[in-house]
Amino acid sequence: MFGILKERLHQKYRTLDYPAKEPFLPPHFKGRPSIAPCSAGDCRVCQEVCPTGAVSRDAGGHILLDLGRCIFCGLCEESCPEHAIAFSRTYRLAARTREELIVRQGEENRTEPSRNTTKGRALFSKSLTFRQVSAGGCAACEADTNVLNTLLYDLGRFGISFAASPRHADGLVVTGPVTTAMQRALVDTYLALPAPRLLVALGTCAISRGLFADSPECLGIPDDMKIDLYIPGCPPNPWTILDGFLSLQQSPVRN
Amino acid sequence: MQNIPSFSYLHTCSLDSLPRENEATFLALLGQALKEGARPLAYFALPKMADETGQSLLAVLAQDGQRRLLALRSIPLTSVASLTPSFPALHLFERALNEEGMELRGHPWCKPVRVAPDLRSPGSPPFPFFRTTGSQVHEVAVGPVHAGIIEPGHFRFQCAGEEVIHLEIALGYQHRGLEALVLKKPLETLPMLFECTAGDTSIGHALAHALIIERLQNRSLSARVSETRALALELERLANHVGDLGAIAGDTGFLPTSAWNGRIRGDILTMTAILTGNRFGRNLVVPGTVRRSPDAKTCSDLEERRKTALRDARGAIDCMMKSPSVLERMRETGKVSAGMAKKLGLVGVCARASGIPVDARKNAPFEDETLPFAPALAETGDVLGRVQVRIREVETSFAMVEKSLTILSALEREPVPPRPPLRPLPKNTLAVSQVEGFRGEIVHVAVTNAENAFLTYRVIDPSFHNWMGLAVALRGNQISDFPLCNKSFNLSYCGHDL
Repeated sequence: MFGILKERLHQKYRTLDYPAKEPFLPPHFKGRPSIAPCSAGDCRVCQEVCPTGAVSRDAGGHILLDLGRCIFCGLCEESCPEHAIAFSRTYRLAARTREELIVRQGEENRTEPSRNTTKGRALFSKSLTFRQVSAGGCAACEADTNVLNTLLYDLGRFGISFAASPRHADGLVVTGPVTTAMQRALVDTYLALPAPRLLVALGTCAISRGLFADSPECLGIPDDMKIDLYIPGCPPNPWTILDGFLSLQQSPVRN
Repeated sequence: MQNIPSFSYLHTCSLDSLPRENEATFLALLGQALKEGARPLAYFALPKMADETGQSLLAVLAQDGQRRLLALRSIPLTSVASLTPSFPALHLFERALNEEGMELRGHPWCKPVRVAPDLRSPGSPPFPFFRTTGSQVHEVAVGPVHAGIIEPGHFRFQCAGEEVIHLEIALGYQHRGLEALVLKKPLETLPMLFECTAGDTSIGHALAHALIIERLQNRSLSARVSETRALALELERLANHVGDLGAIAGDTGFLPTSAWNGRIRGDILTMTAILTGNRFGRNLVVPGTVRRSPDAKTCSDLEERRKTALRDARGAIDCMMKSPSVLERMRETGKVSAGMAKKLGLVGVCARASGIPVDARKNAPFEDETLPFAPALAETGDVLGRVQVRIREVETSFAMVEKSLTILSALEREPVPPRPPLRPLPKNTLAVSQVEGFRGEIVHVAVTNAENAFLTYRVIDPSFHNWMGLAVALRGNQISDFPLCNKSFNLSYCGHDL
């Protein structure tokens, strides 16, 4: 008993006063990228090295980087001869629409995607309960969601928790590219949530199937399941996930 | 075993040098090798060639003591007799063969491996679940969606009263078609794909793949590259072992260690993130080199963090291991005997906890060298044994991290070699890699064709062998012992399902 108390004193209080204090991010952390104007011409290096086809060009020849497909490997940044693409340290990446995940060349380097800040009753501001379904996830997104329950993040203090039953949940968090074998279980779980239900696509696989987009075994989240929050990353950093969850508490639900 | 072609684990083997044995000779040689103590690493069928009537079988075995590999190849076959009744370690390999179209004669347990029960179309015969029958037997089914933030799988506890007679596990829900994707993707993309094989083993699988390419292309590595990889692999082991010990403490109801270890695991993941930019070590290991290697300043930062994490982990683990109630809960729970572990071909922590000294760091180190540690062993084979093995490995890994950091600081002047251009793969060659991930031995096997491309690429995650160990461990226990047993095995669903 005394041994445990002594050790407790040594292990200290470790919860970060978030969001008042900013979290530690490692030196090579890759957050929201920006794309400076480049003399592109026929250069297609950034598109060619991208393993998931996240880099493309619009009709005007401007480079687009789709964070919903990006696995943050940094090959485009490394290979660009003009260093036009640069990943910043901005970890706030979650977005309410698919469109907001597209980073456009030359656009102002936003610190974070715009949030739906419409004044209204923030339905889940004090309590938000999720159910999670892993559907082909490699366990990295799952691990970095689970870690939110550890001392540093202490998810519970924000009134956010994960429930065992979909009946007790306000929203469903999906990870993975949705394998054929999991599609039915995913839809069944989703429908078991009482409406209005939120849907969170967590990680690049859930958003776009990522590296598994060309596998016939991976179907993606069905089109008729409306996604309320996209959290990009492979896997997203826990702070990115937490920031995304908190953004849901700050604005009213659409459906 | 003079009749079986063998090669050093560091080298590749020409496919044409393997005689194409008929079924009887193939099985006799395979049986003889297993009987003499060789360990099956992989057993699969090569894709059917246009001019062939069936698929040729390929078996790769390890002679751990000699650090040599054995390879056996058959003529094209459509049907083969099962060796599972004599050598149960082959049971899942044979089931996978059957799933890929080979008829298995006499397999006692020939169920699907990666075709989940949910994929049965209406009207097709029911999934062949193993069932325990009897008037007093009841069955409790859970999954594929579980109650926590965890991967999907289907479990059926078959019980008489409180006692679990057998745990039937049906997987395949995570099947993403990974091995097929390997053949489709450009070689440059494969490191990233393998980092997603099992997310918590990103380094382990990326390393196993890099070794395959390096062995096929006969590349040697600089000291800086080897040491950076060794550092990353041990950090991955540390983070997972510390996390697992905390999770086990949590399931015994001992919350202090559960809470502390969750945080200490995070501190170790932060070390990996300082090394690579990513908590799971993504974007580090590529064939021929590493994309980053720490400079002396980073090494000293990591060394400070290592010391702190070591002190914190020791303190947290000591509290748990001094608690009589924790020890009593773990003792005799989820027991796998040495004989059973050997029979089932268990690997990694689960095998070592039953006294089986398999450790790829010892049997197949990255370079042919003698490592200064012996595999951590326990004798009891219960949850406590698996905990003790992890605790010893945490100590060893902290020491190995210290050693790597010292070497890397001294190598500061040696540059990190740039990513080498990918040369074409050699034709008709078999390459094998073994990497001791935190769960156990990861095996990758590649066979190239006459067009300098992969003919087939096989991934054997340690979970592939060990799921059956969990099923057996639960026999004679209660359903309430499952969470604790499950955490002590901590197996990967996606690593198994691919």
